[in-house]
Amino acid sequence: MQRERSWAGNRSRLPRVTTTDTGVDSLADVTSSEDRLRRFLLGLPGVDQVGAEARAAALSTRSIKTTAKAYALDLAIQMIDLTTLEGSDTPGKVRALCAKAKRPDPADPTAPQVAAVCVYPDLVATAKFELRGTGINVASVATAFPSGRSSLAIKQQDTRDAVAAGADEVDMVIDRGAFLSGRYGLVFDEIAAIREAAGDTHLKVILETGELVTYDNVRRASWLAMLAGADFIKTSTGKVSPAATLPVTLVMLEAVRDYHEATGLHIGVKPAGGIRTAKDAIKYLVTVNETAGPDWLDPELFRFGASSLLNDLLMQRTKLATGNYPGPDYFTLD
Amino acid sequence: MVWRPTLPTDSTRLDVRKTYKLYIGGAFPRSESGRSYVVSNAKGKFLANASQASRKDARDAVVAARKAFGGWSTRTAYNRGQVLYRIAEVMEGRHEQFSSEVAASEGLSISKARAAVDASIDRWVWYAGWADKLAQVVGSSNPVAGPYFDFSLPEATGVVAVLAPQDSSLLGLTSVIAPAIVSGNTVVAVTSFERPLPAVTLGEVMATSDVPGGVVNLLTGSASEIGPWLASHLDVNAIDLAGILDPEEATALEAASADNLKRVRRPVQEDWTESPGLSRLTQYLELKTVWHPIGL
Amino acid sequence: MGRFEYAPAPESRAIVDIKSSYGLFINGAFTEATDGKPFKTVSPASEEVLAEVSEAGPADVDKAVRAARRAYEKVWGPMAGRDRAKYLYRIARLIQERSRELAVLESLDNGKPIRESRDVDLPLVAAHFFYYAGWADKLEYAGAGVDPRPLGVAAQVIPWNFPLMMLAWKIAPALAAGNTVILKPAETTPLTALAFAEICQQADLPPGVVNIITGAGRTGQALVEHEGVDKVAFTGSTAVGRAIAKSVAGTDKKVTLELGGKAANIVFEDAPIDQTIEGIVNGIFFNQGHVCCAGSRLLVQESVYDEVLARLKRRMGTLRVGDPLDKNTDIGAINSADQLARIRELSQVGEDEGSERWSPECELPTQGFWFPPTVFTGVSQAHRIAREEIFGPVLSVLTFRTPAEAVEKANNTPFGLSAGVWTEKGSRILWMANQLRAGVVWANTFNRFDPTSPFGGYKESGYGREGGRHGLEAYLAH
Repeated sequence: MQRERSWAGNRSRLPRVTTTDTGVDSLADVTSSEDRLRRFLLGLPGVDQVGAEARAAALSTRSIKTTAKAYALDLAIQMIDLTTLEGSDTPGKVRALCAKAKRPDPADPTAPQVAAVCVYPDLVATAKFELRGTGINVASVATAFPSGRSSLAIKQQDTRDAVAAGADEVDMVIDRGAFLSGRYGLVFDEIAAIREAAGDTHLKVILETGELVTYDNVRRASWLAMLAGADFIKTSTGKVSPAATLPVTLVMLEAVRDYHEATGLHIGVKPAGGIRTAKDAIKYLVTVNETAGPDWLDPELFRFGASSLLNDLLMQRTKLATGNYPGPDYFTLD
Repeated sequence: MVWRPTLPTDSTRLDVRKTYKLYIGGAFPRSESGRSYVVSNAKGKFLANASQASRKDARDAVVAARKAFGGWSTRTAYNRGQVLYRIAEVMEGRHEQFSSEVAASEGLSISKARAAVDASIDRWVWYAGWADKLAQVVGSSNPVAGPYFDFSLPEATGVVAVLAPQDSSLLGLTSVIAPAIVSGNTVVAVTSFERPLPAVTLGEVMATSDVPGGVVNLLTGSASEIGPWLASHLDVNAIDLAGILDPEEATALEAASADNLKRVRRPVQEDWTESPGLSRLTQYLELKTVWHPIGL
Repeated sequence: MGRFEYAPAPESRAIVDIKSSYGLFINGAFTEATDGKPFKTVSPASEEVLAEVSEAGPADVDKAVRAARRAYEKVWGPMAGRDRAKYLYRIARLIQERSRELAVLESLDNGKPIRESRDVDLPLVAAHFFYYAGWADKLEYAGAGVDPRPLGVAAQVIPWNFPLMMLAWKIAPALAAGNTVILKPAETTPLTALAFAEICQQADLPPGVVNIITGAGRTGQALVEHEGVDKVAFTGSTAVGRAIAKSVAGTDKKVTLELGGKAANIVFEDAPIDQTIEGIVNGIFFNQGHVCCAGSRLLVQESVYDEVLARLKRRMGTLRVGDPLDKNTDIGAINSADQLARIRELSQVGEDEGSERWSPECELPTQGFWFPPTVFTGVSQAHRIAREEIFGPVLSVLTFRTPAEAVEKANNTPFGLSAGVWTEKGSRILWMANQLRAGVVWANTFNRFDPTSPFGGYKESGYGREGGRHGLEAYLAH
């Protein structure tokens, strides 16, 4: 009796490693199993914390004045997702926010409009009605925002409700518990399931970087979300501290840049929470400019999740135009 | 009224008297017990009512010191050195106030009091310069017999309770606080009972010298009353018994400190004018040794 | 949406007050030179004349040395360490107070970007004085014996690449240890040293403790060779370092030298790639590459060569070359016409030897001395651009396969000042650090300096260390 040689079986299973696939196809294999996905994510280059933070700090020293500042301020306003996500939100509150979105500066009708208004799913209809005909999008959080601790079925229904109410964009949260315990397949499958529930609606995937803690995790989660079908990757829910930081956003911009190199696809980035001043916003735009590149200087590919930022941008805009330091009484609270 | 040297003054002007309170967490509260006690000069004349700290004030001070420890011990050594130097700068500006308080408290002539203030300021400067040198003098890289990189580094131990000297109201006080905080420890100090006034002014200096709240906490009051509470406190890492004159009392405090194995500095007769050396600097340090393989 | 063009963001020149001419700072006062020929210092960004500066002739050098000797014997030598400390603390504080002014002056005279002089040079200058101030009254703990004595009078000659910072590295430890000094700044960058002389006056530093004499090679030589000098400290080219070492032979003079380098910046395949690119860029383009410890040879592991080069070139495309006083400038002017000529010459050699030259597109100003950031690929150890110090924004790229090969190539040079290692693996960092014959090894970082951290070279990069406890040794008798 001929003994089966063990290497005979092994030999017949050898796949081809080199391939002529390019673009998205070259990455198809990576998501074909949880094991492959894990190895891919863990094989991404590490991020040196000190180096990343030093780079962000260096970008923060750029001095943006005069014409460059005017450009940046207007662009930043157009990138805002004006947000209210409180338990105490009411239709009245949402109406006020929408009015602000349409006319941010009571004294200056030439001030640009914001990109979107961001609310909970049960207030989408109100926002949609207020913003009809303006071109300002309605973004809805979904998937048991902010914690994400609910069944997949509920998260899918949450998403469908938002879409049915007319949301143009959906901001979902990933399962951080699953991510931190290494169950990357579960995180991936959930994003894919929400992608499906959202249909053609624009999907932002919130990584909640404050809970991921390390930059290595942020890089891995960014890639995971993009591979699973995100249109945008977003830093935070704004409900956990730290929320968005410049170094975290830098790492995410590097990820979308590298993803673009690999696939030709443009994925957007949205830092959310903790960005309060025009000065901060400009630092982010400088970082976008010098990391991902000018393509991303566009509300289609970069957003700020913020509320009080808008008034500071308007105040700086006014100062540039008039030369005087303005005061908060001259801008509306929503 | 605080004694002042005889200077030509407009004798019809009434001065605004200073109030002496505790310094805890960067603020100046009165004792939660509401108590105060009379502070007299060396001749028995009334100087002021000082707050008399209670065990609850001590408890609050330890909380403040613990809260401040994380930030203070992780600042760069350079930054801590800068803060200590700033203390010296601000003290220099208040030289006259300190001198009159030390003279009144200790019954010294004004010129001897000024000399004590000079020495105190210079001592802050001396300690400021240690912040970024301790690791180089106390630490080491160790040539272990194997392919390992092995180094030892000093680290601050944590919250240090200090029972400040009873006699030397400023120089002695400086000499027990500065060496603890320069390496990153935070301090809860019970000041001299009979001579607390310069300590409060030192607290004011700290509050205006970029010293983060809670790094130094100054409790005017009785070391005999408060000492046992600090000695038995499980969240205090070390204790300096310099202000305890009675040997039996000191022994009891040392025994109480043993419960959580505090690092204890026993009281000895000290000449505060002598150069301090490394002893107090290294008293409140831990040493951490790290190994790492060397290989491809 | 359009491009984000950064508008000019100039730092104001109004903060500096440059005199039309300067004398020599000897014995606490500015005095006219007796037997030298004055010369001009220009802004390398515009070739504008900034000031006229005196040349110290032999008689002036002699006067300065005698002033330093008197101050040493009568005032500074006998002074308590505690008091020397207080003078140094005063100087440190004055530098902090006048930091912005000094940074602008440095950028004007040297050509380096204001962002670097403001954020790197000046903070280090102040920190050096603070650090060594603290040693002045603690010398018995420095590891040089229980009562270490100073050497006496120190002659100090410094280069043009970090004028004020090199001054701090020299003067702070010398004074802390109890020596007095005569310092000669480089002829193309005298202005911040002359401002420092003013600071010494503002600090009420006793006359003669610090003397600043300006001039070129002749002045430096006269100073170093003067019989009244106990100690010579020099930072500059290896060629001049050799000459100095020869000239002190047979004398009692102690010498420390900090000379040239051709550092290898070694990138392994598991390096944290984005931060590595920053480290490569910082390593060779910081300060226009006018850095003795610059990472001028990039050694890339072959397996990641393509990726590293592609990312490096993309990153170089965002570097801004221009007016040093513009806060957004990354790369300033080359310090002098001479230096520019040398960089151009060696770059031509690089091409002639067969390496491929690449620079991002950048518009260079018409006035002034400028060179774009440049990278040469296909370089091998035998090429001149892999062996000779270019001292400009020019990177030579070589490859390796194994750690041992990287070490071999990195060490295969007469220099030994610094090296960089990029890898996420700790044991390999330590193994490489052990093997590399370099006085400073940077792992996952580059061009980091601190007054507590000793700096200096192996082999022809010099001997002696500056910074840290060890930096005092150069100025103490032991």
